[in-house]
Amino acid sequence: MTMTYAFFLGCIMPNRYPGIEVASRKVAEALGIKLVDMPGASCCPAPGVIRSFSVMTWLTVAARNLLIAEELKAPIAVVCNGCYATLKEASELLRERPEYLSEVNEILAATTGKKYHGTTEVVHLCYEIYEKIGAEKIKGLVKRPFNAVAAVHYGCHILRPARKGRIDDPEDPKFLDQLVEALGAKSVYYKDKLMCCGAGGGVRSGLLDIALDYTQEKVLNAKRAGADFIVDICPFCHLQFDRGQGEIESKRNIKLGLPVLHWMQMAALSLGLATPREIGLHAQVISADPLLRKIGLG
Amino acid sequence: MSLLIRPEDMQKELVEELNEWSEGSLIKCMDCGLCSSSCHSGRKASMSVRKIVRLARLGYKGLLDMKELWMCTTCYACYDRCPRKVNTVDVIIKLRNKVFEEKKALEPHKRVAKLFAEYGHSVPISDEVKALRKELGLPELPPTVHSYPGALAEVKRIIEKTGFTKLL
Repeated sequence: MTMTYAFFLGCIMPNRYPGIEVASRKVAEALGIKLVDMPGASCCPAPGVIRSFSVMTWLTVAARNLLIAEELKAPIAVVCNGCYATLKEASELLRERPEYLSEVNEILAATTGKKYHGTTEVVHLCYEIYEKIGAEKIKGLVKRPFNAVAAVHYGCHILRPARKGRIDDPEDPKFLDQLVEALGAKSVYYKDKLMCCGAGGGVRSGLLDIALDYTQEKVLNAKRAGADFIVDICPFCHLQFDRGQGEIESKRNIKLGLPVLHWMQMAALSLGLATPREIGLHAQVISADPLLRKIGLG
Repeated sequence: MSLLIRPEDMQKELVEELNEWSEGSLIKCMDCGLCSSSCHSGRKASMSVRKIVRLARLGYKGLLDMKELWMCTTCYACYDRCPRKVNTVDVIIKLRNKVFEEKKALEPHKRVAKLFAEYGHSVPISDEVKALRKELGLPELPPTVHSYPGALAEVKRIIEKTGFTKLL
């Protein structure tokens, strides 16, 4: 049976890194996964900033997004840890706490004339590929082995809050390393591999220098361990590593230059589905050219 | 930094509100400091989760003026590792909501909130990315509120109705 999902785009992927959107659509299609658009979806809304401003606004707008998928009768698939955090947490709150569901539905009735029944499931497409298709099968589809050293960055909200049941072991996760190695790369162990990128919780927008301290430390740790690139599964981490390195280079006069790829971009290249240009690598701040030369694409 | 907390700075109502919000976990804090030792912001900046939770436990109203409240990236390491299962991040989020209600938010956060309220996207499209989308073979605007004015109107009504607009 075809795997069908309502594809939730969020903000940063479609509005800043559309190459990740192209890559995700191509990879899904090649793996026999059907992605249905969610017409009129909005910001998830962001679990750091918007939830910090008003939990009730955050929850109700999230419910409206969940409702669009409920009407499409499909689970939501995301390729962003931030969207995953919000939609997963909101879907659980609305399923487990009837008082929230009825309050949200009162607001939805008055503002949209619709009702959310609390049935939408939320998955991260990268983990869904790992779980339902598997790293071994991906390995068999590789056309261009990604012969380079990867610094794997999970990002926080795919693993945590583990107490509420997220993915894998938050202190020693494996799935993304396996997905990355399936494409032919070597995943290198580096210091503070599980540290946050620094962007979340409104820190990037509110206190940029602290966010950049995280990014600088992680990128330097990855480089010292011999990484050729950093691979993420979240457009917000992606933006923080890509633009953040540019900001560090210009504000602090430190040369970093570590290319940044979302796993979907890496897979699109490895499975022979797209050229680097078609997945927007030329539009990123940090040049991917040294990496592309190394894997025979430059 | 030592902090002198006078009885008049402590509000029992604030403790009760935060404790209820944290599902009764706040008052279980035993001040062990595992949260702070797990915190990467704690290494890089003046943030101390232990201090925030301790002051919340006391109902210290000056918390709302502390910049440290905004240094948490919500990575949830402290939340998962807390041996008393205190919902640390939830306490911080609730305190931040109160900062917004008192209109004391940081300027850049107010700007993000306004973008969200106007476009339904916290990070809306730009002309540069419209051109890039077209170059990559995607529609210039994604099939989100950016393409559906009626959908954006719905989101704006939710934002208004939930009192968000008043906070701006």
